[in-house]
Amino acid sequence: MTSIPRPVAMLLIALVVLLALFPSCGGLVFPAKHAFLMQKLAGIMILAMMAMSLDLLVGVTGLVSLGHAAFFGLGGYALAILSPEYEAANIWIVLPAALAIVAAAALLVGFLSIRTSGIYFIMVTLAFGQMGYYLFNDSRAAGGSDGLSIMETPAIEIAGRTLLKLADSDSFYYLVLALFVGTYALLRMVLNSPFGQVVRAIGVNENRVRGLGFDPVRYKLAAFTLGCTLAGLAGFLAAAQYGFVNPTMLSWHHSGEALMMVILGGMGTLFGPAIGAFVFELARFGFESTTDHWQLLMGGLVVTIVLVLPRGLAGLLLDLARRGGKQP
Amino acid sequence: MTKPFIAAQGVHSYYGPSHVLHGVDFRVNRGETVALMGRNGMGKSTLLKSLLGIVKPRDGEVRVGGTVMTGRPTSRIVRMGIAYVPEGRGIFPSLTVREHLLMVARRGAEGRRDWDYHRVLETFPRLAERLDNFGHHLSGGEQQMLSIGRALMTNPELLILDEATEGLAPLIRREIWRVIAAIKQTGIATVIVDKNAHVLLDLADRHVILVKGTVAYDGHADALKANPEILERTIGL
Repeated sequence: MTSIPRPVAMLLIALVVLLALFPSCGGLVFPAKHAFLMQKLAGIMILAMMAMSLDLLVGVTGLVSLGHAAFFGLGGYALAILSPEYEAANIWIVLPAALAIVAAAALLVGFLSIRTSGIYFIMVTLAFGQMGYYLFNDSRAAGGSDGLSIMETPAIEIAGRTLLKLADSDSFYYLVLALFVGTYALLRMVLNSPFGQVVRAIGVNENRVRGLGFDPVRYKLAAFTLGCTLAGLAGFLAAAQYGFVNPTMLSWHHSGEALMMVILGGMGTLFGPAIGAFVFELARFGFESTTDHWQLLMGGLVVTIVLVLPRGLAGLLLDLARRGGKQP
Repeated sequence: MTKPFIAAQGVHSYYGPSHVLHGVDFRVNRGETVALMGRNGMGKSTLLKSLLGIVKPRDGEVRVGGTVMTGRPTSRIVRMGIAYVPEGRGIFPSLTVREHLLMVARRGAEGRRDWDYHRVLETFPRLAERLDNFGHHLSGGEQQMLSIGRALMTNPELLILDEATEGLAPLIRREIWRVIAAIKQTGIATVIVDKNAHVLLDLADRHVILVKGTVAYDGHADALKANPEILERTIGL
């Protein structure tokens, strides 16, 4: 994946620094809305994690999944179901358990779907996603369409001492920021590894990779499982943030939105989908507050960006950096 | 007689309903350089693809190192020590030169490691200058060098070159031939498909000529040089 051009890297670092400063300085700029914006930004970072994890499947490996939200939702439900009713869950148990559940589900779904490709893969993942949706929507134990509440959000404890309470909005914000940056770093590291090189090559041409002596199915399954598990982590955080899960987390609308973030941001660039998540969510926020028919504006925005910037916002940034780099 | 590294027997292959290979016998011994010749559409590429399992033969048998591998997954067959440089080179536009080479690096049979990153770059100094360039920023000649260099990184027993000099400038072409001759000296068996019959006459140990999906000629280079009318009859030279 080689390195990102320097100006783009600087811009990304500056954005992350702004995010890191927001809890302490944001109140000066938006005194009336500070708490609300904190929550909004943390929520967007969680969605950005989901978008980056989807980019591993769609943009890198070439697996267009319409069932990604199912794994996001499963991570959230895992937290809700595993949490004890009247006390905070131990995060050292519930987080690994939730990730293991999502990974196992991803391995199973991937095993059954990865042998198909193209439109068939899209349909199979859509079908599995909807199965997940109805599984939780129709089961009384999981609260049906009302969902489940998490009374006490988990705390991070070491040897009986509470280090971080997720219910505290500052702590939660920083935790999400750390995991957001960590997810990016992890995916970037994976893509630069020999494993990632094979996966990226599969995204270009699967048959060539086979001709070089690699079995693409295994690599695709591993990438699929990793991507879905990271979506599960994002879902886990989303559930912890609102203390609440419901089946719409798993619905295919949500998968479609994640896909739009990836496409808006620029497929296969990793940082693009994260930017896409911010643009999509902030645009939604802006449109929602001006009109009831915000989806009309949203659709217009998506169509415009796709037409004008076929490689997404990341493609625009990369082009600008390249052009700027050529002029001394 | 030496045991062949790869041997096809009575292979029949089809593209959909069209019958392309009509019972082809083909073998490559260890360390041998075989030129596979024939006019367009006679089944050269199909034979190579049948050996590799890219096209599944409907009848017949392909053995690699003595094991029957007919119709097995391509990735398995290739892992037995075959490197394939396909027609059109098969370069990935979004990977760099370095990534192309390191991605496939592996030991050969019995842990052999004759070819590594440094030796490939010594063989192709042009690639060493372009390590961070992406596949689609390379010239045709550089792509071809990269494709061959990548093949060598797998330390193969057998190197298959399908139209390795097609569409290249004469100077680059000469460079590629020089490298192929050098590879031959290291004891790697090669199958070469190429339009330059005259170069192949000097380079290859044995020539196999396909006509309409059957083997029309299989013999040593000297015999072919002594009887040029065979070439005229089969490939119109």
